[in-house]
Amino acid sequence: MTVTPAPLDVGAGTVLKLQGISKRFGAVQALKNIELDVRAGEVMALVGDNGAGKSTLVKTIAGVYTADDGTMVFDGREVRVGSPAEAQQLGIATVFQDLALCDNLDVVANLYLGRELTAPSARGRLLDEVEMERQSWELLRQLSAKIPSVRIPVASLSGGQRQTVAIARSLLGKPKVVMLDEPTAALGVAQTAEVLNLVERLRERGLAVILISHNMADVMAVADRVAVLRLGRNNGVFVVSETRTQDIIAAITGATDNAVSERAARRSREEGSAS
Amino acid sequence: MSLHGSGTRPQDANPDQSDGGEPANGTTDAAQLPADLQDERLIARRGVSGAIAAFTSRLRSGDLGSVPVVVGLIIIWAVFQVANGSFLSSRNLVNLTLQTTSVGVIALGIVLVLLLGEIDLSVGSVSGVAGAVLAITFVNKGWPLALSLVASVVLGIVIGLFYGLLYTRFGVPSFVITLAGLLGFLGLQLLVLGKDGTVNLPYDSALVGFATRSFLSPAVAYILIAVVVAAYALTRLQGRRARAAAGLSSAPNSVIAIKAVALALVLLIPVLILNGDRGVSSMFLLFLALVVITDIAVRRTRWGRSVFAVGGSVEAARRAGINVRMIYLSVFAACSTLAAVGGILAAARLVAVSQASGGTDTNLNAIAAAVIGGTSLFGGRGSAYSALLGALVIMSISNGLALLSLDSSIRYIVTAGVLLIAVTIDSLSRRSRQAHGRA
Ligand SMILES: Nc1ncnc2c1ncn2[C@@H]1O[C@H](COP(=O)(O)OP(=O)(O)OP(=O)(O)O)[C@@H](O)[C@H]1O
Ligand SMILES: [Mg+2]
Repeated sequence: MTVTPAPLDVGAGTVLKLQGISKRFGAVQALKNIELDVRAGEVMALVGDNGAGKSTLVKTIAGVYTADDGTMVFDGREVRVGSPAEAQQLGIATVFQDLALCDNLDVVANLYLGRELTAPSARGRLLDEVEMERQSWELLRQLSAKIPSVRIPVASLSGGQRQTVAIARSLLGKPKVVMLDEPTAALGVAQTAEVLNLVERLRERGLAVILISHNMADVMAVADRVAVLRLGRNNGVFVVSETRTQDIIAAITGATDNAVSERAARRSREEGSAS
Repeated sequence: MSLHGSGTRPQDANPDQSDGGEPANGTTDAAQLPADLQDERLIARRGVSGAIAAFTSRLRSGDLGSVPVVVGLIIIWAVFQVANGSFLSSRNLVNLTLQTTSVGVIALGIVLVLLLGEIDLSVGSVSGVAGAVLAITFVNKGWPLALSLVASVVLGIVIGLFYGLLYTRFGVPSFVITLAGLLGFLGLQLLVLGKDGTVNLPYDSALVGFATRSFLSPAVAYILIAVVVAAYALTRLQGRRARAAAGLSSAPNSVIAIKAVALALVLLIPVLILNGDRGVSSMFLLFLALVVITDIAVRRTRWGRSVFAVGGSVEAARRAGINVRMIYLSVFAACSTLAAVGGILAAARLVAVSQASGGTDTNLNAIAAAVIGGTSLFGGRGSAYSALLGALVIMSISNGLALLSLDSSIRYIVTAGVLLIAVTIDSLSRRSRQAHGRA
C-alpha cells in the first residue's frame, strides 16, 4: 500500500521523485512526509478529499511554495525549485487550480506570458504578435477550444474557456512533466473528452503527467497509477489496472465503510433484488 | 477570374491567376476564412464601416482609451479660444509646447508606475533635486555640462532603484516609500542649493539654448512628418502582409490609408500653426520621441508585456515565470529617471533652479496628467500617449487661465475639477468594462 522507500539512484524512467516533502501553513500541516515518484510516459493521478493537500503539493513542485523539508529529484538530479520560473526551466509545466491568468491581457498574451516570441527582423527586441497569434490558433484548434477570438481580454471568457487557455499554456514550452490541477472541473463534455485525449497523447509522447481530479471515472479511464493523499499524508499508491474503484475511495475517505461505499453497496443490493 | 475546368492550364503556370481563381472553386467557407474569423459567433466586421463599428462597440463597452481626454482637450481649447482670441495663436501654442514638455516627461514616468498599479508621489521632489544637482555641479563647481547631466540622471536612476529595493525586499507600499521620498528629496534639494536658494544657469549654455531657442526649421519639420507617416504606413502594410501570410485577418488597405491620412493631418495641422511663430521646439520633439519610445517599449517588447501582466495580476505573472522583482525595479527606476530628465528640462527652460523648483505643482500636475490622459489608477491599463494628452490638458488650463489673467486659485480649482472628472471616467469605464467582460 505505502510507497516503498526509494534507493538513492532513482528507478529507470523516473522523471520526478519526491522524498519526505513537508509543508506547513502556520498551524496547519498541509503536507507531511510526502513520497511520490512519476515515470516518463505515465499518468499519475493524485486524488484526495477537499483540503487533502493536492494543490499544495502541486504548487510546491511548481516552485510557488518552497517545501519546509524533503528533497526533489528531477531527471536524476536533486533540484531545489525556488521559483515558478525555475520549475519551468526544468521542464515542469503546471495548470493551477485557480488558473493564474492575467485578466487584462488577451488570450495570445496569456498563452505566451513569460516566453513571448520575438521577431528576428528587429534583432529580437520586438514581439512577434503574428506568429504568436498563428500558433495560438493552431494550439487551440488541437484542443477543440471554443474561443471566438484570441484578441479579447481573458476576463471576457467563460470559465471553461479560461481553463482551456490555462491548459494550452502549459503545453507551449517543451515540458517533461505536466501537472494538471482539476483541469476538467469547468469543462463541457466535448472539452473534457478532449483534455483526457490530450493527457493520453502526452503520455504517448513520453511525458510524465500528474493529474488531479475528483472524478473517479476520469481517473480510472486515463491514469496508470493513483496516489492518494489524505490529510496531508500519503495514503497509498494503486496501479489502476489491478485496483477496484472502491478501494481507492476507501483510501481517500480513510475507511472501508464510508458514505461512498455504503451507498454503492446499497445500490448494488437494490439492483440485485430488483432483477 | 479563371474558372477551373479548362483542363489545359498547368496548375502552377500562372500563380496570379490561380490565386484569383481559387476562392471561386467551391472550397468550404470555413476553410477560406482567416484563422481568427472562423468562429461563427463572431460578428463579421469588414472594411471601413466594420472598423468604425468595432470602434463604437468598444467605446460602448467602456473601453474608452484616449477618447475622453481628446474630447476634453477640444472642449478646453474651444472655451479658451472663445474667452480669449489669442489662445490658439501660433505664438501661444508654441509657448504651450514649451510649458508642456517637462510636466509631460515626468508624467510619462508616472504612466509606467500606474501601469503596475503603484504610485510615485515624489516625482516633483526628484525633478527638483535633479535640477539642483545639475545647477550646482555645472554652475558652482564648473563641471562640464555633459558630466553634470549624467550626474543628475544617474541620481534619478539610483533613487528609483532605491524605491524598487524597498518595495521588493520589504514590501513597503509605494505610496509610503514615495511620500517619504517627497519630503526627503525636497530636503536634499534645499540642502544642495544652500542658503541663497537660487542658481541661475548661464543663458548662452547649450542646455538653455536647447530648451529655449532651438526650433526645427519648417522644412525639417515637414520632412520629419513625411518620414513618420511613411514609416507608419509601411509598418502597417508589412503587418498586413505578415498576417495574411500566416492566414490571419487584417485591416484592409482602405483602413490603413485612412489612418495614415488622419495621422498626417494630426501632425501637419499643429505644425503648420506652430510654424507661424517659432516652430516646433527641439525640446518638445524630444518629449514626443520619449513618448513614442515608451509606447513601443510597453506595447511591443517582452518587458512591456511583463509590466502589463504584473499590473493585471502579480501572482499570475510570477507563476508565468516573470521576474516580478526586476519589473518593479526597472519601472521605479524609469519613473525616477524620467522625473530627473523632466527636472533638467524645467531648469533649462526657466534658466534657473530655485528652492521652489519641482514644488507641489510639478508633482500633482504630473500625476494628474497621467490619470487625465486615461491611464488607469487600478493598474494594467494605459498608454504612453496619456502622458502627452494629459500634460496638454493640464498645461492648457494653466496657460489659458493665465491669458485671462486669472490667478492660481482658479487654476487649482479648475484642475481639480478636471482631475475628478478623469478619475470618475476611469472608475465608471472600469465598471462598464466589467459588465461587458473586458475588465
Ligand atoms: N496559502 C495557504 N495558507 C494557509 N493555508 C493553506 C494555504 N493553502 C492551502 N492551505 C491549507 O492547506 C490544506 C490543503 O489545501 P489544498 O489546497 O492543498 O487542498 P486540495 O487537496 O487541493 O483541496 P481541493 O480538492 O479542495 O482543491 C488546507 O487545509 C488548506 O486550508
Ligand atoms: Mg486543490
